Amino acid sequence: MSVAVAELATRSRVHYLNESYGVKSWLLTTDHKRIAILYMVSITFMFLVGACAAALMRIQLLEPAGAIVQPETYNKLFSIHGIIMVWFFLIPSIPAVLGNFLIPMMIGARDVAFPKLNLLSWYIYIIGACFILYTLIYGGVDTGWTFYTPYSSTYSNSHVFGAAAGVFIVGFSSILTGLNFIVTVHKMRAPGMTWFRLPLFIWSLYATSIVLVLATPVLAITLSLMAMERFLHIGIFNPAIGGDPLLFQHLFWFYSHPAVYIMVLPAMGVISELVAAYSRRRVYGYAFVAFSSFAIALIAFLVWGHHMFVSGQSVYAGMVFSALSFLVAIPSGIKVFNWTATLYKGSNSYDAPMLYALGFLGLFTMGGLTGLFLASLSIDVHLHDTYFVIAHFHYIMVGGSVMAYMGGLHYWWPKMTGRLYPDKWARFAAFTIFIGFNLTFFPQYILGYLGMLRRYAVYPAQFQALNVLSSAGASILGVGYFIPLVYLIWSMRYGREAGPNPWRAKGLEWETASPPPRENFEETPIVTEEAYAYPTRPRAVRV
Amino acid sequence: MSESAITQAGRPILEEHFETLPAQEEARKLGMWVFLITEILFFGGLFATYTVYRELYLPGFTQGSHFIEVKWGAINTAVLIVSSLTMALAIRSVQVGKRKGTTLGLLGITMLLGVVFLCIKFILEWRVDYLHHHVPGINFDYAGPHAAHVKLFFLFYFYMTGLHAIHVIVGIGILLALSYLTWRGRFSPKYYSPIEVAGLYWHFVDIIWIFLFPLLYLIGGR
Repeated sequence: MSVAVAELATRSRVHYLNESYGVKSWLLTTDHKRIAILYMVSITFMFLVGACAAALMRIQLLEPAGAIVQPETYNKLFSIHGIIMVWFFLIPSIPAVLGNFLIPMMIGARDVAFPKLNLLSWYIYIIGACFILYTLIYGGVDTGWTFYTPYSSTYSNSHVFGAAAGVFIVGFSSILTGLNFIVTVHKMRAPGMTWFRLPLFIWSLYATSIVLVLATPVLAITLSLMAMERFLHIGIFNPAIGGDPLLFQHLFWFYSHPAVYIMVLPAMGVISELVAAYSRRRVYGYAFVAFSSFAIALIAFLVWGHHMFVSGQSVYAGMVFSALSFLVAIPSGIKVFNWTATLYKGSNSYDAPMLYALGFLGLFTMGGLTGLFLASLSIDVHLHDTYFVIAHFHYIMVGGSVMAYMGGLHYWWPKMTGRLYPDKWARFAAFTIFIGFNLTFFPQYILGYLGMLRRYAVYPAQFQALNVLSSAGASILGVGYFIPLVYLIWSMRYGREAGPNPWRAKGLEWETASPPPRENFEETPIVTEEAYAYPTRPRAVRV
Repeated sequence: MSESAITQAGRPILEEHFETLPAQEEARKLGMWVFLITEILFFGGLFATYTVYRELYLPGFTQGSHFIEVKWGAINTAVLIVSSLTMALAIRSVQVGKRKGTTLGLLGITMLLGVVFLCIKFILEWRVDYLHHHVPGINFDYAGPHAAHVKLFFLFYFYMTGLHAIHVIVGIGILLALSYLTWRGRFSPKYYSPIEVAGLYWHFVDIIWIFLFPLLYLIGGR
């Protein structure tokens, strides 16, 4: 595969960003690359809203008696933080931004299979987001992101309907995105792009899409039943009028546990790409890494009961769910070991995306191992609903998924915009995020182990030192996220021209111009080699 | 890419991001299958919830089921199965290049049967349920044994048949649009995937009913 388009004069060249201008050309686009940008802007906005809620929570917890808000307000803060970060940032983050931009480019296609559907799913996302913002402006919701019944269906006086409707609606956006990706990967691959030549990013997004398509509709039905109980006062989930609250939890977690893998599988795909590109090696054990994504997607559907160990489900169900939950560690371990093996004796370079990848490896491993603690029945009885759980899933969701999203964004930014960002600032920001993140969440492991419960606006005085440490870390983390926002926007105008392949990486997306033309490739590429076909170094150099 | 030149009723039939026509047709079919899988899980959540409560509250659910008429459910089952046959014949008709009128006629009968189904559902069943005060949240009034569970049964009855009816209405809308395009001469043996894909959807909606009928109408041994 030659780099034929490498030396095109970029300034006068027509590409997807400058082929047309104006609001209408963006709002009515069917170009997967522009839709990716639309998603990027939208989820960044939602991220800022969710982050503000988190910041207020961390300020509140500076003092044992609560520093700024009433407990009712605090309930609304953690609810909106969870709802926005899960459904309006993390779930669409890597799939809808990087996936939308890259899947057609990586497989050598001109677009996704259903471009209009792709645009529709963005509009559905926006409608869902409007419901959430409406809820926020008109007083918020206080049920927590889980909408547990009967609180949500009977007792809560907050705007449960607006929030649930927003989540219900945005689910269809996820489903359509997943559907589009599945068909695209099946039917749009360029000649010669066999399944085992696909980049691992594609494999993991394919597995993610399957989970999206299978799990999300169950959430929609569950939320609609909850809303019916709220409006019609029929005992579906409320035991006082004949319902079964445990059933709500079963249905909710049947979606929401797989949703964890919707959030982390794409991150794993990004890490495979970053590790290969910056160690200049083929990912060790390609097939194992590819199939472990499917193993995770499959096991995802079998472990939901581990969220309900203390909810009153049968002890035997708890034992089975506990054992099944341990299985998740196997494919996750396969991935981590294979990435590490790829790095071992690789020609590693430590650009900003690689720093994020290395950060992911450490933080995800820690998040995963503490997950095993929580999967153990007896330990979970002690740790359930404590800050240990908060720390665990933030290590997966933020230390894993957000780190990978940031790494992926930096890695493909030159492809998306045609510009390079200042690498020194980027590396500085990566370090800041890593330090800030650990300062924020590591103390929460200890707090949880000592018995501090989640979702309380106040806490006993002996926990103050660790809480102050956590809030201090959060402010560093906030600065870490703010720096890239500044220099990435700056780079769009003032950054150096990137050229088609600034990282000298392998992959079809690097063989076309940056930014790519509307149809992605001048002519349909023909694939003749494996993914990550980096030249092997002569043996002698290493000895 | 010779297919890109083929037009029907003045519009190219190959979308620009596809290389070949077969690739486009296969993508559409796979897309619909994936959508139907989502739909199965969508209804599946309801089926699962219904089954749990049917197990927990069997006497109440049997009582509730006795209030709805098996007769209408059975007739509606027949109506939908015949509509599936005419749908399949409509696809066959365009596939082998029969006259436009034949395809339009078959699509027309399919839609008509869909409307018949909805009329039976709404006028002969739901309206009567309403008159008998069996609609939870609106006018439910039943004081016999297991009242709370009968109410729950009716909630599921209306939710599941209502969700199914929405799917029938959407299906009729799709067929209406396709009939217009057929009349405009958009389809031929070379290009008919929209009708085929709509057929997949129509059959799926029928199959959901095939499950709903025994679940709701035939419990409690009558």
